[in-house]
Amino acid sequence: MNSSSFVLTAGALLLALTGPSAAEDASGTPANNNHAPEIARQSWSFTPPFGTYDNAQLQRGFQVYKEVCANCHSMRLLSYRNLGEPGGPEFAPKAVEVLASQVQVTDGPNEKGEMFQRPARPSDRFRSPFANEQLARLANNGALPPDLSVIAKARPGGPDYVYALLTGYRPAPQGFALTEGMHYNATFPGHQIAMAPPLSDGVVAYTDGTKRVVDNYARDVSAFLMWAAEPKLEERHTVGARVMIFLIVFLAIMYLAKRVVWTRVHHGKKQRTA
Amino acid sequence: MAHPSSYQPNTGIERWLDARLPIVRVVHDQFMVFPTPRNLNYWWTFGGILTFMLAVQIATGVVLAMHYVPTESGAFDSVEKIMRDVNWGWLLRYAHSVGGSMFFLAVYIHTFRGLYYGSYKAPREVLWILGVLILMLMIATAFMGYSLPWGQMSFWAVTVITNLFSSLDAVIPGLGTRLVQWIWGGFAVGGPTLNRLYSLHYLFPFLIAGVVALHIWALHIPGNNNPTGIDVKVPADTVPFHPYYTIKDGFALVAFILVFAAVVFYAPNFLGHPDNYVPANPLQTPTHIVPEWYFLPFYAILRAIPNKLLGVAALNGSILILFFVPWLDTSKVRSTRYRPIYKWFFWAFVVTCVALGYLGAQQPEGLYLVLGRIFTAYYFAFFLVVMPVVGLIEKPRGLPGSITEPVLGPEAVRARPAKAPRRLKPEQVG
Repeated sequence: MNSSSFVLTAGALLLALTGPSAAEDASGTPANNNHAPEIARQSWSFTPPFGTYDNAQLQRGFQVYKEVCANCHSMRLLSYRNLGEPGGPEFAPKAVEVLASQVQVTDGPNEKGEMFQRPARPSDRFRSPFANEQLARLANNGALPPDLSVIAKARPGGPDYVYALLTGYRPAPQGFALTEGMHYNATFPGHQIAMAPPLSDGVVAYTDGTKRVVDNYARDVSAFLMWAAEPKLEERHTVGARVMIFLIVFLAIMYLAKRVVWTRVHHGKKQRTA
Repeated sequence: MAHPSSYQPNTGIERWLDARLPIVRVVHDQFMVFPTPRNLNYWWTFGGILTFMLAVQIATGVVLAMHYVPTESGAFDSVEKIMRDVNWGWLLRYAHSVGGSMFFLAVYIHTFRGLYYGSYKAPREVLWILGVLILMLMIATAFMGYSLPWGQMSFWAVTVITNLFSSLDAVIPGLGTRLVQWIWGGFAVGGPTLNRLYSLHYLFPFLIAGVVALHIWALHIPGNNNPTGIDVKVPADTVPFHPYYTIKDGFALVAFILVFAAVVFYAPNFLGHPDNYVPANPLQTPTHIVPEWYFLPFYAILRAIPNKLLGVAALNGSILILFFVPWLDTSKVRSTRYRPIYKWFFWAFVVTCVALGYLGAQQPEGLYLVLGRIFTAYYFAFFLVVMPVVGLIEKPRGLPGSITEPVLGPEAVRARPAKAPRRLKPEQVG
């Protein structure tokens, strides 16, 4: 144990900690050594250390969520105002108001003691498709569509997993015992998923010229869900870069200061009396 | 404390304060001029790093507590609110959760350093025991803190760990069950459990701070051990703590913060488990329940033993045994540097701890279980067999004459040949 072995260890540690960071907020732990097949890494605009969200992609992803996913899946932690905040889809303030007002939400009670419906405001949470879990199960063959607010951090593989799942529907292989009402998915653990293939070519009418194919839908909505789960990622990367530069300069100064101070001892000069 | 005070109050107000509360004197004597061995390497910088990490955890934790809601229905959402709506909440929360991991990383390095250089041997037994006490308090605090986000892994980790107490049913029927219900505040892990874990999670860090103060006090009586393990003999063996170690510890601290920041900003969830972003659900058990990485070696020991009560006993024993290390080690020298046989056993122990950490994350079956048992056996054998026996049979390598000699080497020999005659070349000796 000398200083060189220390530096080696510290270096190895740094590598170990920063190496897998490409998986960012989604990495699996060593515990996931069972079933779940390998999830292919995709290239995302938001990978560390400098990645940012692609606003246009998030806007398309929101469109996919709104027109497809939102029929069954809630996103109860998000508000419409989030859609206009920096580091996200960054819809214009007017657009956020319009998007919100297209949705009717329950409010109240009013002065007559009655609940009433009104158009949503930007400060409202995303409306959930079902009033409660029981209704959701009733409408979905007994299965509960999970809330999607943090789903991109709640599955090993994160956005890679979401993309792989949405593009993982295949005909069941010969001899695979598929339960009635279930669907074969190459990515889903156990390969039987209650969700019917949600995407098909042309189902969402993109208006920015992006090709209307499943691959694009899956990619865009995965990016959108990553933002929903980690809305401060851009701020984190920006602040992180400044902090790292500061610390590297600080470290260099500390190193030089340490060298200067310790020269007195190393050169055998008479030390200051204590 | 261990050396005569050299504080000279120069102004009237300093003399006035010194006669009433000699706090400036303590700072001057203990943290400015404190004689510190001149040969401490970078493994000695983790004490300062740990103090810093405790401060980080308390500072971030106090602010997080202002926004956190310790109820079954509010916990998960309040954490997400911190991440989304609280100013800099994401930074506070990631710094706190990653901070816990960095704290353990540092405390493990600090502990292995103490083991390697024999820092637990006389006259530092109390210092070591207080350190083990801090480690135990840290384990309890981290466990309780991990429950607070009330995700799936939080909930099920609490369920598994609190259920360990039910093993006492094997001693007195009903005792374990009663104890577990008392801890839960009900018949299952629920709201009352979360609320008390939160209360204690807020309390324990301050207990740690108190024991840390005692730990530093106990350090300042005999002074630091050092890589040679031999005692300070002359003033030339030491340098004043300031500026020499303030600057060296400071440099190491900045390097540590750099690693810490890299994880916080670029991979904040790398050390966490995705399942903890799924709200707690008592009706759905996760496929694997795994603790945080820093508990994996202990988890592997627990699962290596087929009997529940004995497994729990081994789990507790694996930490409690550290209290007895000062008396289990029979070696006459402190530093492993001069112990040719023990050295191999020590590194085998380090490998064992890392291997147990790996195995703790695997399913306890087949080869993993066999390996888990082998490494668990060595874990205990290291303390109960290697430490007493090797210390008796081993012939240590020759110790240097003083701390200064191996540090300055031939240069010092040229400068002061009379002080270090053993380093002279044969022809010079004639």
